[in-house]
Amino acid sequence: MQTSPEALVAIIGMALVTIAIKAGGLLLADRLPRDGFAAAWLRHIPGAVLAALVAPALVSGSTAEMIAALATGTIFITTRNLFAAMAAGVLTVYLTRLLLGN
Amino acid sequence: MFSSSTIDQFLAGARACIPVAISVAAYGMVWGMLARTAGLSLLEVVMMSGLVFAGSAQFVALDLWTATPTTLPIGPLVLAALIVNLRYLLLTATLRPLYPDSGLGRGALSMYLVTDENWAMTVAAMSRGGGSVAFLMGGGVLAWISWMTTNVTGFGLGSAIDDPSRWGLDFAFTATFLALLLGMWRGTADLLPWLVAALVAIATASSLDGSWHILAGGLAGSLAGAILEVRKHANQS
Repeated sequence: MQTSPEALVAIIGMALVTIAIKAGGLLLADRLPRDGFAAAWLRHIPGAVLAALVAPALVSGSTAEMIAALATGTIFITTRNLFAAMAAGVLTVYLTRLLLGN
Repeated sequence: MFSSSTIDQFLAGARACIPVAISVAAYGMVWGMLARTAGLSLLEVVMMSGLVFAGSAQFVALDLWTATPTTLPIGPLVLAALIVNLRYLLLTATLRPLYPDSGLGRGALSMYLVTDENWAMTVAAMSRGGGSVAFLMGGGVLAWISWMTTNVTGFGLGSAIDDPSRWGLDFAFTATFLALLLGMWRGTADLLPWLVAALVAIATASSLDGSWHILAGGLAGSLAGAILEVRKHANQS
């Protein structure tokens, strides 16, 4: 059980901005745009952030990682199960690395 | 202190969230395991899940986290949480009808327990003429307990693994993010924003060190999505 002042500051900072946004939505409810550009922008943020996270990791990966990414995607689309998809990806990368020897 | 109808509403909210709590638990298990690999201590896991309590922001934080405190990117961590959670502005705004004008201050604090899951159940109940603050809180408390317990369990299971990359577990991050992304697919309108986000992120990652690619790609992709959506509406009308 340990932490550092840096980690503490980061976690409390994350917590404060999160509650500020959640509370802000309720308090500003009567003034927020319900449609139009700003609302559309907010809706598109989570997907875009995840795409930005995944893409560089995929293009910089080896052949084993490319094959594993395909396996992860296929399992997720067929089962809609996050844990099964992650497990399939990890197992595939482990096996292909053994086979390809890298 | 609480009337029996309040307690009934609280329990009804918790009951409505049982199916989604199972999926919260599955994500929580994965997050706990990844948090250990990312170098968080058990105390940090408990603090982050207890205080931040926002799944997607916590997943993004793992990608930025470093085990050594001196290199921990505090600014990017807070900024990433802010950006990923911005969409909650729209979610909690729709809960406004549940609160009386005089109780907004306390209501603001209760927003801490709003997640995608109990928000969706409460909004569904509101559209049927039901829904209440107690209903929202019942689902929130269930989601909180289920998130926290599975995070700690996942963290514990991770201890059985000494060298993650030997077992391919270094790929667990990419695999999880990829599956989370595919789960957000709502139709072909997502294709272009995601493509823009991916290309900008790849270009940024190859020219700048650190985590700027997440911010640059996320902003470019979401703006592209918004421009596309607004144009489509303009053409239709």
